[in-house]
Amino acid sequence: MNAPALIPADATLATTRLTVPGMKCAGCIGKIERELARQPGITAARANLSAKRVAIRHDPSLDEGALVAALLALGFEAQPVADNPLGTEAAEQKRLNRALGVAGFGMMNIMLLSVSVWSGADGATRALFHWLSALIALPVIAYAGRPFFDSAWMALSHRRTNMDVPISIGVILATLMSLYETITGGAHAFFDSAVMLLFFLLAGRALDAEMRTRTRAGIGALLGRMGRSASVIAADGSTRRVAAGDLVPGMMVLVAAGEALAADGEVVEGRGALDNAMLTGESAPEPVGPGTVVHAGAINLGAPLRIRLTHVAEDTAIAEIARLMDEAGQSRSHYVRIADRASRLYAPVVHTLALAAFVGWMIAGAGWHASLTIAIAVLIITCPCAMGLAVPAAQVVASGALLKRGLLVKDGSALERLAECDVALLDKTGTLTLGTPRADIGGLDAEARSIALGLAQTSRHPLSRGLAAAAMRDGVVPAAVEDVRETSGMGLIGRWHGLPVALERPADAAEALATTLRIGETCQTIAFSDPLRPDAAQALAALRAEGLAASILSGDRAAPVAAVAQALGLDAQAEASPQAKLAALESLKAAGHRPLMVGDGLNDGPALAAAHASIAPGTASDASQQAADAVFIGEGLMPVALAVRVARRTMRIVRENFGFAIAYNALAIPLALTGQVTPLVAAIAMSASSLVVVANSLRLARSAAQ
Amino acid sequence: MTGLAFLIPIALGMGLMGLFAFLWSMREGQYDDMDGAASRILIDDEDEPR
Repeated sequence: MNAPALIPADATLATTRLTVPGMKCAGCIGKIERELARQPGITAARANLSAKRVAIRHDPSLDEGALVAALLALGFEAQPVADNPLGTEAAEQKRLNRALGVAGFGMMNIMLLSVSVWSGADGATRALFHWLSALIALPVIAYAGRPFFDSAWMALSHRRTNMDVPISIGVILATLMSLYETITGGAHAFFDSAVMLLFFLLAGRALDAEMRTRTRAGIGALLGRMGRSASVIAADGSTRRVAAGDLVPGMMVLVAAGEALAADGEVVEGRGALDNAMLTGESAPEPVGPGTVVHAGAINLGAPLRIRLTHVAEDTAIAEIARLMDEAGQSRSHYVRIADRASRLYAPVVHTLALAAFVGWMIAGAGWHASLTIAIAVLIITCPCAMGLAVPAAQVVASGALLKRGLLVKDGSALERLAECDVALLDKTGTLTLGTPRADIGGLDAEARSIALGLAQTSRHPLSRGLAAAAMRDGVVPAAVEDVRETSGMGLIGRWHGLPVALERPADAAEALATTLRIGETCQTIAFSDPLRPDAAQALAALRAEGLAASILSGDRAAPVAAVAQALGLDAQAEASPQAKLAALESLKAAGHRPLMVGDGLNDGPALAAAHASIAPGTASDASQQAADAVFIGEGLMPVALAVRVARRTMRIVRENFGFAIAYNALAIPLALTGQVTPLVAAIAMSASSLVVVANSLRLARSAAQ
Repeated sequence: MTGLAFLIPIALGMGLMGLFAFLWSMREGQYDDMDGAASRILIDDEDEPR
């Protein structure tokens, strides 16, 4: 389907597709395609930036793990694509694009013939042109109208109506009527109007679908983060790999350093630290020992642990969160899009008017042919061409403007919901703060810094990574530290010019994040902090200016949350479990509020899905990004406030568009009712109304400027 | 009138060619990665690293 163009077909090579969410720009594409192809066994790589995927052609002997490792060496996290259920949406969008192409072709060619008819073709020529129009229009309508007919049929068979019902009736009636006119050699055929209507509506649909799929790409599945297999210890002490799905509670498993847990359990033997950031959003590693309850998805940072499994597969905490998220998301899908709400009012009115026109002209004695022609003219001229574009045009322009400012809106209805929010709830770690520990290395001299970097860069421990990042930002050159060993829960020990050096857990392992750098006998403490986003206060003020009262809803411990709450002057609720966060949102909703949730951790997932609208930072777990309506990138929090402001402005433009569409109809309907509308007038009026709506929407392009 | 016998098939044929070109390019995946296509122009062609 999306065969990578540069990669030759060669039967002896295998193709593997990987999701690479970190891919952001031309540099990333170039780096991946150029460097990956140099690796032994890899023939070629082709990156798809929109879908955040890389297709790799390689020797079949290389397995997925090796490819993921090769990408990791380039600095990109990758996941197998099989975990990524995006196929159906892409197919839907392709169908719309194809239909749009076909409708465009039909529209242009029929219009070509119609212009001749309008400018005076008569008799046999007119009949010929009408027949040619019919020849083009019938297959085009049958093909390009399918998305509308299907949806209208769906709605009708469930005894509902939607925007597609009047469209379908109008198009089908107009086509049949035109066919009748053509066969009987009549003066007017509506093929051009019917096809043009389809084209404009399909354009709106395609724009809408484009925006919806735009940023949903690149999301790895939630369960993909869970370990896929585990080493089960048999009674005789031997271990074997067992797939995550085949694990049974009560099994003893051995979790090696760096391995992700595949199920929930209890530590039986071993001491170490777990990186639970994916689950809790807390960046500090959690020390574990015998008796500690551990959860699937956590990564073992220290020594091997023996764990007795308690909950597997569907019973794990991570699966529970996924289920909560799913349920919460479904409650939000009951939200009625503004366009559908309009159509509920609009469709019956249009149908009644058309019927009234038909009956009225019949009573007036115009004959069934003339009456039906007028009724169809009413249906067509009132057809929601401008209405169909009113919402997607404004939303596409607004989301384009927001995209330039670092905020990706995933769904058109998200802007509608964002505009309605009146309360904001923010997570702490990773949302108000940057979420990664930053080392304060100001107190170290040059030698200590380079030793610290030499040690820190060998470890994947969050503190080590924070320290390495801080040192590298300052341009420190790492010292050649030898024999570096990592001891679980204790730290890193190495040798530098014969001198023992170490990064250790500080003696008083209090609440504060810190590590001790030991060089020979001298010890120095390096403090870590998780700083607030630089513009947090400013962004909160901007939110307040929009009338959104903000408060903190965090799963972190009370003390750090209170500190941040005090610094920003917000109310705070700490140590909230995913269920508690969900409950807090539900009670706000029950009180009539429309909460905006901003959070990053997997524990925020259900809350993000349940909130009226939600935003996640680009550093958030994939599952949270999937649950959120919008994702912002960069270090600033300002895009959140900007999103609310632009969403509100968008809704103002949408309302203007609807107002215009209604005004247009108020003008056009009387003309159509009195039988004044020829195909030429209808075509011009319809195009003009659509153009006005699009032009009005373009005013949003600068709305995110300041 | 005879002119139409030529011009209409030509016009329709050109339209159909455009349509097939569009469907072909879509099947070939040329619209799959619009962002990537926009960015690729920034990648230098030289394969040699510095």
